[in-house]
Amino acid sequence: MIYLDNSATTKPYPEVLDTYKTVAEEYFANPSSLHKLGGRAEALLNKCRAQAARLLNVKEQEIIFTSGGTEGNNTAIKGVAFGYRQRGKHMITTKVEHPASRAAFEQLEALGYDVTYLDVDREGRISVDDVKRALRDDTILVSVIHVNNELGTIQPVEEIGNLLKERPKTLFHVDHVQGFTKVPLDFYEAGIDLCTISGHKIHGPRGTGILFIREGVQLSPLLAGGGQEHGLRSGTENLPAIAAFVRAMRMTTERARTGIAALDKLSKRIRQALEELPGVTVNTPKQGAAPHILNATVHGLRAEVFIHALEEEGIYISTKSACSSKESEASAVLLACGIPEEAARQAVRISLSFENTPEEIERFLQTFARKLSELKNAME
Amino acid sequence: MMEPIYLDHAATTPTHPEVIDRMVSVYREAFGNPSSVHSFGRKARRLVDEAREAIARSIGASPKEIVFTSGGTESDNMAIIGAAYAKKEQGRHIITTKVEHHAVLNTCRALEKQGFTVTYLDVDRAGRVDVEALRRALRDDTILVTIMYGNNEVGTLQPIAAIAELLKGRDVLFHTDAVQAFGTEAIDVRTLGVDLLSMTAHKINGPKGIGFLYVREGVRLVPYQHGGEQERKRRAGTHNVPGIVGLQKALEIADAEREQRVRHYRALRDVLLSTLEERGVRFAVNGDPDGGLAHIVNLFFPGTNVETLLTALDLSGVAVSSGSACTAGSVDPSHVLTAMFGAESEEAKSSIRVSFGLYNTEEQVKKAANIIAETVGRMVSGA
Repeated sequence: MIYLDNSATTKPYPEVLDTYKTVAEEYFANPSSLHKLGGRAEALLNKCRAQAARLLNVKEQEIIFTSGGTEGNNTAIKGVAFGYRQRGKHMITTKVEHPASRAAFEQLEALGYDVTYLDVDREGRISVDDVKRALRDDTILVSVIHVNNELGTIQPVEEIGNLLKERPKTLFHVDHVQGFTKVPLDFYEAGIDLCTISGHKIHGPRGTGILFIREGVQLSPLLAGGGQEHGLRSGTENLPAIAAFVRAMRMTTERARTGIAALDKLSKRIRQALEELPGVTVNTPKQGAAPHILNATVHGLRAEVFIHALEEEGIYISTKSACSSKESEASAVLLACGIPEEAARQAVRISLSFENTPEEIERFLQTFARKLSELKNAME
Repeated sequence: MMEPIYLDHAATTPTHPEVIDRMVSVYREAFGNPSSVHSFGRKARRLVDEAREAIARSIGASPKEIVFTSGGTESDNMAIIGAAYAKKEQGRHIITTKVEHHAVLNTCRALEKQGFTVTYLDVDRAGRVDVEALRRALRDDTILVTIMYGNNEVGTLQPIAAIAELLKGRDVLFHTDAVQAFGTEAIDVRTLGVDLLSMTAHKINGPKGIGFLYVREGVRLVPYQHGGEQERKRRAGTHNVPGIVGLQKALEIADAEREQRVRHYRALRDVLLSTLEERGVRFAVNGDPDGGLAHIVNLFFPGTNVETLLTALDLSGVAVSSGSACTAGSVDPSHVLTAMFGAESEEAKSSIRVSFGLYNTEEQVKKAANIIAETVGRMVSGA
């Protein structure tokens, strides 16, 4: 099996599962309980938070654990919308966000908020000047995906953050779900107020994530209840999964030291091989893209057909985002880049993890070329 | 140090080893994203579908009426906020009780700030609401009634079926938080007649971070978490497949062992109460004398201070609590006992909750009861 759909989800590291198991067995108590067992669980929770904060280079009190990327984005976007509505009702985002952000904004529009969706260029990138022009006195939030989940395009997050540093009344949220560990980002330096990451994209367990909330930012919470996570996210803490997630954060951060360069090499190799194939266009930009996502159009073949053909050989790639894969529509992200509808329908996504090897990639490329010619011959 | 005797299963339970094994094997073998179109995704999707069917069967629902969530708090929030906003054109009045879990109470309070009106019904000294009082509280603009199934602090069961009967034929949604009841009560949504029902796995030896909301077919909620199209657009977010399978497994075990567990917890309760009696401790049981949730015993010890008592018991190796773990951190008087006995009552200041679980034995409970008796004795005599 060669699994190249790591942007949809990743296989958890065995060590991560070990941690899950150990904590579920030995630290099962509720961290809010006052007795010793609760105290032991709470101490572990605090340790996890401290470690996560160190890995993200932020303060402990700036981290809340969530149930994942969707909750992180929803909490950030709606939390700002409801928490700062006295200040204004205008928000800025892009046309290429993950559905977890896009749908949150659509809901806010229905509630009377005014949302500007910025256009992107051919490479899927917004321009900082456009952000500048879209800013108004009543703009309370700018929300941008760091690494696009379908194309891999990196948005100019640092520049936007810089621009916003002069506007303390506009908060800055970054969806860092795909970028985390693959494309380094310093939250403070980039002037980020809110940042979403997810556990299962980095070999951690499902149902885990972090929302970074810079000190001083006052969100209106999405979940009311027992007041866990500084009152911002009620619900019994999923401690086994949190501990396993933080272990995955530590392991992937460690792997990233040499892994990013290795990924970069693999993705260059894939690009070069695909570009040599007749009727294949690589949609992911050459410059300014993450090293683990490569989107390509296989002209003349429906993406699903090609994906299933590869699957027969034990190779797993995907169409667009898993979160919208079920729709038969062409990718909204590719369309926003000006890619024609037909080419967008024929696009596939290859997404790597630090665990993929050069041998796997060579086998994948050979199979890709063989299947492509087989299918094309069959059609003629 | 000796491992404490854990009698706080209403706060959370240890995950059943079979549940953990099942989850780990899902993580290893079916880690795909159920929304992916390839076979890895389909394999994961099948597990989710099978779990949904099994869970639906267990509570007498149909599979599409089950929405997976991250747990009880999310289920309660989704039900209450989702119903309130879906029906806000029809009215803005909500009825609940004073003894709900904070996931319900604080959600209702948040809605009050957003222009909704909430009636908090009183309860009697047993912790039960009066169906007549509910009838009187109903107004033309009432859109939602949310009343818990069994209380998490005192175990009192609410007359859910009678309430459903009263609401029949009215355009009012009925939600019940059944989080605490699943381990010991056989729940059938059809007989109950509820529209919405919350459940979480970690109270029945399942994993944390997973639960569901039963949403009766035809009931429309405004979703609170937007994004991908998972859960028929009712709850976005990549499926927590291992968690979902873990929930299914825990529920299957609970279903198979329920009667036996109830018998066991009743026996433990007898051991606890008879030991305290033998030791001549002055105490009273808070809650419904006719019997509530089998795993919860709330005990009033006149002349004690709950905070001191809990600390002393903890040091002696007995893990119990004053009330909901979610209100812990603070030892404010329990809102449930306050509603039952009054804010200035002795009961609100001098009561503890003992809650049994899977691995408790009669020996453990006897030992714990003796420790409680000694500790209370010391405190009451002022030694």
